[in-house]
Amino acid sequence: MSNVPANLKYTQSHEWLRVEADGTVTVGITDHAQEALGDLVFVELPEVGAHFDAGKELAVVESVKAAADVYAPLSGTVTEVNPAAADAPESVNQDAYAAWLFKLKPDNAADVNGLLDAAAYQAAADHE
Amino acid sequence: MLKKTVLNAAHRAMKARMVDFGGWDMPVNYGSQIEEHHAVRRDCGMFDVSHMCPVDVVGKDVRPFLSRLVANDVAKLKASGKALYSCMLNEAGGVVDDLIIYFLTDERFRIVVNAGTADKDIAWMQARLADWKLDLTITPRRDLAMIAVQGPNARAKVWEALPSTRAASEPLKPFFAAECGDYFVARTGYTGEDGFEIMLPAAEAEQVWNALAAAGVAPCGLGARDTLRLEAGMNLYGQDMDENVSPLDAGLAWTVALDGDRDFVGKAALVKNGSKKQFLGLVLQDKGVLRAHQQVVTPLGDGEITSGSFAPSLQQSIALARLPLGVQIGDTVKVAIRDKQLDAKVVKPSFVRNGKALV
Repeated sequence: MSNVPANLKYTQSHEWLRVEADGTVTVGITDHAQEALGDLVFVELPEVGAHFDAGKELAVVESVKAAADVYAPLSGTVTEVNPAAADAPESVNQDAYAAWLFKLKPDNAADVNGLLDAAAYQAAADHE
Repeated sequence: MLKKTVLNAAHRAMKARMVDFGGWDMPVNYGSQIEEHHAVRRDCGMFDVSHMCPVDVVGKDVRPFLSRLVANDVAKLKASGKALYSCMLNEAGGVVDDLIIYFLTDERFRIVVNAGTADKDIAWMQARLADWKLDLTITPRRDLAMIAVQGPNARAKVWEALPSTRAASEPLKPFFAAECGDYFVARTGYTGEDGFEIMLPAAEAEQVWNALAAAGVAPCGLGARDTLRLEAGMNLYGQDMDENVSPLDAGLAWTVALDGDRDFVGKAALVKNGSKKQFLGLVLQDKGVLRAHQQVVTPLGDGEITSGSFAPSLQQSIALARLPLGVQIGDTVKVAIRDKQLDAKVVKPSFVRNGKALV
């Protein structure tokens, strides 16, 4: 059973996000996603300052097996990326919720409310 | 309904992640594909390859039959137990399958064919047999399981777990096999490491699998099998070649015996068409991962990656690719990955052998 922390929000496409005190959101891929992909060997992060609409691909995670796009969970601008995840892709396998990928400043802070909570994500992941 | 090997329950008991592999429910890994890869390069790992099919060809016309059936020449098989890798071609020179032929006696050979192509292959052999009116029988051996034990310590671990096979298998040189009662032990494999491929009665497979595990052999899935064979520069049927690809364009000219008067299915087409592409290795010079079907851009025209992945033993990405004639080993070419064109170096398509990097 994969780990789905209750304090995070989720997308159908297996991103997690956490709302920070400064209004940005921190984004990564879920434990379920890393487990399905297997050993990660490459992470490509977006440019800081780039703007993405919700649902647009903005990062890539690749395992030995396959490449997977990471999508913007909501519309916003990239404020920071985590180079440690790109330098050590296996850190995402080890702890998908510690090895975040990027932070976004949402265009509209209320967009977070439209995302899945832990129970809804768990149900969606179980259904796959 | 997926087909299952006799070891299916054993894989599940070892927490394998199972996938649909050509209609078979097979383990892709038991946790970490990369750790399984390293186990084979550094120590010893085992693969359930019971989805592949041994086919016994028995009768007085076996040699003339195989001589016409496959592109390599079974006349090379002079010593009992010797194995020969070959393609079986269609009339157009495309590859019906690639297979290993073991010579046991002049009237008894064993062929091992791929899982996804087994039914097609056997039908193809039966049809040629009917056309040529030769005296032999073709018998698929689904009553056998097959376990590949690979790695520098593989043979020692097999002898520890299966001491009764030692006397027959210890003298074997690479690419030879021996029968040992109901067991068939071949010093062959698909990883670039030493080891054995063992065919045995299906009913005994689970006990043997568990005995090997108890001797310290790591269970390995098809994921590691793919990165190991890619590093070893070995072709994968359906990916690096298929019915529409000539072996001469898939790096398999060394397995095609065109010399002499011997005729075989597909020979005329190979002679007429020659080689139109070359099959070489690529090593990505940037970060990223090469994948099948990515386009390779060269000054002499475009090529295509047929197999690509991250190479755990090299810590960089490698690929097998069909490239225009004239591209040289040592050249730098471009590979289109998403919206970028990344540099890749052209190398001989053999990246790692016996634990040693060759590139």
